[in-house]
Amino acid sequence: MIDKNKRLKKLNINISELLIRWETMLLIIFILITIINSRLSPYFFNYVNIMNTTFNFTEKAIIALPMIFVIVCGDIDISVASIIALCSVFMGLASAFGVQTWGLIVIGCLAGIIAGFLNGIIITRLNVPAIAVTIGSMSLFRGIAYVILGDKAFTRYPSSFAFLGQGYLANTRIPFQLLLFTILAIIFALILHNTTLGRKLYAIGNNPTAARFSGIPVRNIRLLNFTLTGFCAGIASILLTSRIGSTRPNIADGWELEIITTVVLGGVAITGGKGNILGVIISIFLLGFLRFGMGLVNVPGKVMNIVSGFLLIIAILLPEFIRNIRERILLGKERIRGGYKDETSSI
Amino acid sequence: MNFVKRREFTLFILIIIQILLITFRAPRFFSLSNFKDILDDTAILFMVAIAQMLVILTAGIDLSVASGIAFSGMSVALLNQYHPEVPVFIILLLSIAIGFMLGSFNGLLVAYGNIPPIITTLGTMSIYRGLVFVLSKGTWVSAHEMTDSFRYFPRINIFGISLILIISLMVIIIFYIFLYYTRTGREIYGVGGNITAAQYVGINLKKIKYLVFALCGMICGLSGFLWVARYASAQSDSAIGFELQTVAACVIGGASIAGGSGSVLGVILGALFLGIIKNALPVIKVSPFWQMFIQGFIIIAAIIINTIMSQRNQQIIIRKRG
Repeated sequence: MIDKNKRLKKLNINISELLIRWETMLLIIFILITIINSRLSPYFFNYVNIMNTTFNFTEKAIIALPMIFVIVCGDIDISVASIIALCSVFMGLASAFGVQTWGLIVIGCLAGIIAGFLNGIIITRLNVPAIAVTIGSMSLFRGIAYVILGDKAFTRYPSSFAFLGQGYLANTRIPFQLLLFTILAIIFALILHNTTLGRKLYAIGNNPTAARFSGIPVRNIRLLNFTLTGFCAGIASILLTSRIGSTRPNIADGWELEIITTVVLGGVAITGGKGNILGVIISIFLLGFLRFGMGLVNVPGKVMNIVSGFLLIIAILLPEFIRNIRERILLGKERIRGGYKDETSSI
Repeated sequence: MNFVKRREFTLFILIIIQILLITFRAPRFFSLSNFKDILDDTAILFMVAIAQMLVILTAGIDLSVASGIAFSGMSVALLNQYHPEVPVFIILLLSIAIGFMLGSFNGLLVAYGNIPPIITTLGTMSIYRGLVFVLSKGTWVSAHEMTDSFRYFPRINIFGISLILIISLMVIIIFYIFLYYTRTGREIYGVGGNITAAQYVGINLKKIKYLVFALCGMICGLSGFLWVARYASAQSDSAIGFELQTVAACVIGGASIAGGSGSVLGVILGALFLGIIKNALPVIKVSPFWQMFIQGFIIIAAIIINTIMSQRNQQIIIRKRG
């Protein structure tokens, strides 16, 4: 019996080792992708090119940050791409009425916050699964964009607005977007890993009932997560709208998949309670560079979608697979033969 | 049981009110041929919504249905284009087989890979959609490239009812019998209602989870062929956004996303509700761009109403017990 406990303890340590290894594995894949890319195309290893390609994924990366919080708590938000469309349409509308850059920023953020808050309030106060509500709001928010815009587009934005999405820091080739993302990433990392709020998030993800009984305001924290997601989707919408300089109702179509893929590939458990920022940041750059490399060798966007779809599935299958093998090796056959395996833990 | 009956009754009344309101705005809406058109138009939604309900009953969700429809539709359309000699009956069976494969892939990942359904199908949604593009190289198959027997298959008239509606009704009846009168059907409800209890009772969870996705895939495959034949065109983004309509039909029909509850009749009425709205918008001169908004609004409203009603119901049960 003692022997078995020891072995179980060893298993636990090994699992935490595995988590450390998940990031190292990501890093290795990242380096591999970089090497392959630089072999395939001579244009890959170029400071200007690499800096410019970050434009393509920093917006998604900014939403991935609060999405970590949402998924760590065991929820999910698939309405983010629609929130981007909603914010973008409101900014376009305001711009058509002559609102200037600062006003547009405020409107974009506010629209995002309200949309996220709406999601959160329905999910937490009525106690409905997050998937159900965000499927509805995904259709609702983009629907509003379609109702306002129809088949038209907003294209007139103030010229100073363009800096947000297209500008570089003075005299460098570092995009403003990248700086903004770095600042946000540091803030989110500090919250998740160095504050009690961060610890509470993990507690909620592991066992919401226990968390509630230990005095954590579960519903309010989850509400905060969804509002934060809305806020960051607003920021992403500002950057995206400014970068492409126009608003169409189908803006950011399908982004929710890429964002969730990024987060899950970064090692955040979809069932909640596990994950860290570092892994997600590596996975952001990994996916970004993968797409950049595929783009350089003329792979069509739809084929890239196949790759990210497979990556999402493999990212979840692989840790489970490794853990199963480890359990088999460490505990032998006794556990598998006699043990009750809990299959009920899914969202 | 009384309560369940009442919910469908409410929905039925709602649909009648809806029809009356639309007729009030546009009297020509109220005609037998128009209702037949609506039913023909909604026939695919009926089937796929029922298939979606099977998955939702087990507390899962299948977001890949629309991509599955597009993939199966494109495959059979290409087959028809390059091998027009293949009889339609074979094509029909083939489309079901293709759908079965797609659904099985989902089911294997969910049941044996332990990946949550939402993530699995979010992934396969873009995989299947991408594969349609790879398969067709981005081109369309349009009406003149299809054989007549292929194109007119859903429109074959039997006693004044189109074949597409008859197939749809058959699927509904089969699923009705399967869900309510077979052991496996009841087990599906059991898995969604209380998964731990279901496991203790000895229900094979993996089998059930796999089965619902495989069945859902089969229906999607069949619908893919009917879709392409009915609209006489196959493209990489046919049926895009259709998965939301099927989920909406289930939620409106009273199926709970948390699993375990939902009835065939409710989902049919939910699908009919959506179908009437879709058909009525142009008749009452509302821009079709409103459809997505209305759909989202109805999903959320239905979720809120469902929750409030079931909470109140629980309170009634508690009061009766006390």
